[in-house]
Amino acid sequence: MIRLVPRRQRSRAMVWGAPLLAVALTLITGGLTFAIMGKPMGAALFTFFVQPLTSVYGVSELIVKASPLVLIGIGLSLGFRANVWNIGAEGQYTFGAILGGGIAIFFHDSTSPFLLPAMLIAGAVGGMAWAAIPAFLRTRFNANEILVSLMLTYVAVLLLSYLVHGPWRDPDGYNFPESRLFPEAGTMPVLIEGTRVHMGVFFALIAVGVALLLGKGLTGFKLKLVGLAPEAARFAGFSETRIIWFALLAGGGLAGLAGVIEVAGPIGQLIPTISPGYGFTAIIVAFLGRLHPVGVLLAGLVMALTYLGGETAQIEIGVPAAVTGLFQGFLLFYLLACDVLIRYRVHILIGKAAR
Amino acid sequence: MLRSTLKTLALAAIGGAMLSVSAQAEPTKVGFIYVGPISDHGWSFRHDVGRLAIEKELGDKVKTSYVESVSEGPDAERVISQLASSGHKLIFTTSFGYMNPTLKVAKRFPGVKFEHATGYKQAANVATYSARFYEGRYVIGAIAGKMTKSNVIGYVGAYPIPEVVRGINAFLLGARSVNPKVSVKVVWVNSWYDPGKEADAAKALIDQGVDVLAQHTDSPAPLQVAEQRGIVGFGQASDNIAFAPKAQLTAIIDNWDKYYVERAKAVIDGSWKKGDVWGGLKSTMVSMAPYTNLPADVKAMAQKVEADIIAGKVHPFAGPIKDQSGALKAKAGETLDDGTLLGMNWYVEGVEGKLPQ
Repeated sequence: MIRLVPRRQRSRAMVWGAPLLAVALTLITGGLTFAIMGKPMGAALFTFFVQPLTSVYGVSELIVKASPLVLIGIGLSLGFRANVWNIGAEGQYTFGAILGGGIAIFFHDSTSPFLLPAMLIAGAVGGMAWAAIPAFLRTRFNANEILVSLMLTYVAVLLLSYLVHGPWRDPDGYNFPESRLFPEAGTMPVLIEGTRVHMGVFFALIAVGVALLLGKGLTGFKLKLVGLAPEAARFAGFSETRIIWFALLAGGGLAGLAGVIEVAGPIGQLIPTISPGYGFTAIIVAFLGRLHPVGVLLAGLVMALTYLGGETAQIEIGVPAAVTGLFQGFLLFYLLACDVLIRYRVHILIGKAAR
Repeated sequence: MLRSTLKTLALAAIGGAMLSVSAQAEPTKVGFIYVGPISDHGWSFRHDVGRLAIEKELGDKVKTSYVESVSEGPDAERVISQLASSGHKLIFTTSFGYMNPTLKVAKRFPGVKFEHATGYKQAANVATYSARFYEGRYVIGAIAGKMTKSNVIGYVGAYPIPEVVRGINAFLLGARSVNPKVSVKVVWVNSWYDPGKEADAAKALIDQGVDVLAQHTDSPAPLQVAEQRGIVGFGQASDNIAFAPKAQLTAIIDNWDKYYVERAKAVIDGSWKKGDVWGGLKSTMVSMAPYTNLPADVKAMAQKVEADIIAGKVHPFAGPIKDQSGALKAKAGETLDDGTLLGMNWYVEGVEGKLPQ
């Protein structure tokens, strides 16, 4: 029989081993799923996980898709470590895109080199402003930040919808709901000719770097302590209020930055739908990456790969789009399941020894 | 254990690579990108029927593939270019929001032909096509005008874009042509495909006293609600009588088959040219499902309206047409031209509420 025996200490090996094990189990289950669907298992897995990476273009698209996920995921992981549950990154992303994109629309004739920096700053400020609402309500009235931030997502998305259907609609666009295209000076420079890899990738990497430094410093310690032992943190004189503000503003700012980068990059204008759920997927990314900056980076890439792989598999072997969701579900499920191994050891007892 | 699994996977991967190399074939590849799942029983489903028609008609001269449920944002451009770079020679992008992504990718792949549904921007290798669904909507409007007792009709709309607004206006003009007391209440769900939201909108409308339901969203959910609540409604994009055997009066059916086969043939024989096709009841790009659950006189009237539109005797947007403020948009004897129809962003008199702008 199999028994779970509590460990005295959290297994360090398993902290990093669990996600790897989860990925391996996902591959196996995924392969079986393909087999049940009547697709050759090996070829299908190849199409899903390897083929997207066999061309420069594929790799570039992986990076493009992963960078908003990483950017948002980093911000969220800071907060999650302190048990500050910002579920509304999607809204902060959208509001950042609105403020930043608004500048591009307002100055649509501009050729100034300051246009793009101004947009990026506005985007980050927009995200922070949107996250400041749950921060204020939490610290002042103890309102639950999960609900407040989540519901503000819908407000932001509807605001964007209002703007592109109304005041910011392209005057030459037959009344269709989209803004004019951003001017050249307001779009992210493309780094590699012939691909969509844009400067936003740097911001994702910088965020990873900064988060790494923070994690080693006092702020990282405070975040962790407030999360693990709020009483102790209070006793040590760390202000919980300040930590909550910091966590939400950091998460919101990065989400807002991701939003403006996305509209100034791959999209190039404001449209009613600017996110395929990045703000929510980034929550999975943060957890898959163990709330650690490097982990988040890797998790963002893995998550992006499931999207690309799902599309390739649809084109090449004709499986339904639901396979993408299925794989993401497998991954999260196995990750949560494997986390048991961090705190428990598996004892396999055979025969009489079981008694 | 793990190592041997990895080994198996690596071997399988190599095998897969060889397989895909050896499977290189001659047929012309035709790609499709859909905004909803093909199981939506509506818009995307009908486009997929068109895809299957190409396969059936052209057999092994073509190979088709599709990607479903692609959101109208940054993902669209990636999927379209993935289709283009994987050897597809003709690509149908079947939702309005794919317009700019289609044009961007088309610039990078001048050798690939693109067909964008319901848009207005073309390029040397980008054609546009759409259907005059509003002709069908005029017919169902007339039916609704006859069937309603409360004189208030519900309409579930996706996005307040000209395409949808035009449909609402045509519907109302059809209804008022037989019953001047009719008004229409609209609820927007801001999504093409979201069965939950669509059903909620339908319920809200019924609670407000509508007794006939029309919709411009892609799932049969509103029609199913109509069936449950004992009122009547219309199928959208395809015949949905199976979902509402008692409630469906008729449905507006999108028929892309003929156009898709034509365009695929044109690419194969090299005669493809960019263009803008806008077919209606006459060209059968739009057709009506069998008229069911109707009294004989209403059925006869509906058939006559349909026949008159085909014969050109009735134009849904024939004047006099007034907007909500009472301003005259078309005088008696005039009809609105295609340009006005394409950019329509005002309600005709009789639609309740304000158009979100």
